[in-house]
Amino acid sequence: MAYMTDRKRAVGLGSAKSGTEHFWAMTKSSYALVVLIPLFVFTFGPMLGEPHDAVAAYFARPFPALVAALTIVVSFMHFKSGVQVLIEDYVGGYMRHILIIAMTCISYAAAATGVLALARLAL
Amino acid sequence: MADVNRGNRPLSPFMIGPYYKPQMTSMTSIFVRLTGNAMLVAGILIVWWFLAASYGPEYFATADWVLTSWIGDIVLTLSLWALWFHTLGGIRHLIWDTGRGLDLKSAYTMGYIMIGGSFVLTILTLLFI
Repeated sequence: MAYMTDRKRAVGLGSAKSGTEHFWAMTKSSYALVVLIPLFVFTFGPMLGEPHDAVAAYFARPFPALVAALTIVVSFMHFKSGVQVLIEDYVGGYMRHILIIAMTCISYAAAATGVLALARLAL
Repeated sequence: MADVNRGNRPLSPFMIGPYYKPQMTSMTSIFVRLTGNAMLVAGILIVWWFLAASYGPEYFATADWVLTSWIGDIVLTLSLWALWFHTLGGIRHLIWDTGRGLDLKSAYTMGYIMIGGSFVLTILTLLFI
């Protein structure tokens, strides 16, 4: 008797047992960014080139601060997964591990820096 | 003894160009990847700008000087184009994920929208900010 059902095959992904986390993370971050990126472009964009007091006052307000912070965090998590796929496609051996670890560290560092900066500006 | 001659095998030539015609589908796809990864530069610059702004006018002056210099302007404008192209490409992927638009004609149409739309959106953005 065949015990495999369609559901079991989809959920357990056969013998691989895992594999859609990456795809799902990219799907979620993509939908989030479709909203966040236009908001960010039209809040950050006008502020680029403005003097410091105007910038500090603008990003002390909650909406610009939250849009910027969320965009930075979600973008760098999206980038982290995207660059991992790039590295996995073109690089093998030890260099693959080194590059993925390095890009993960850079992504988290940039996201943390962005949150710190917006927190300092807004609080 | 299948591993004996691993070093001396002929390699395949680089296919794109002389043997494999670049197409709307493959070219837009690689440019989505290219733009997405290239935006790391603008991302780091923008995070630095925010960090500098949060630490006071002196630090902010340096970061702002770099970002608004002519090189900074070029980098950010190209990144803006890359952002819109990558975004439109990402939306194309989200549409494909629902199972729609997988035929060749729709893929080509969406490709043209990506190329034209990215330039239009870039110009519109620059006009309105």
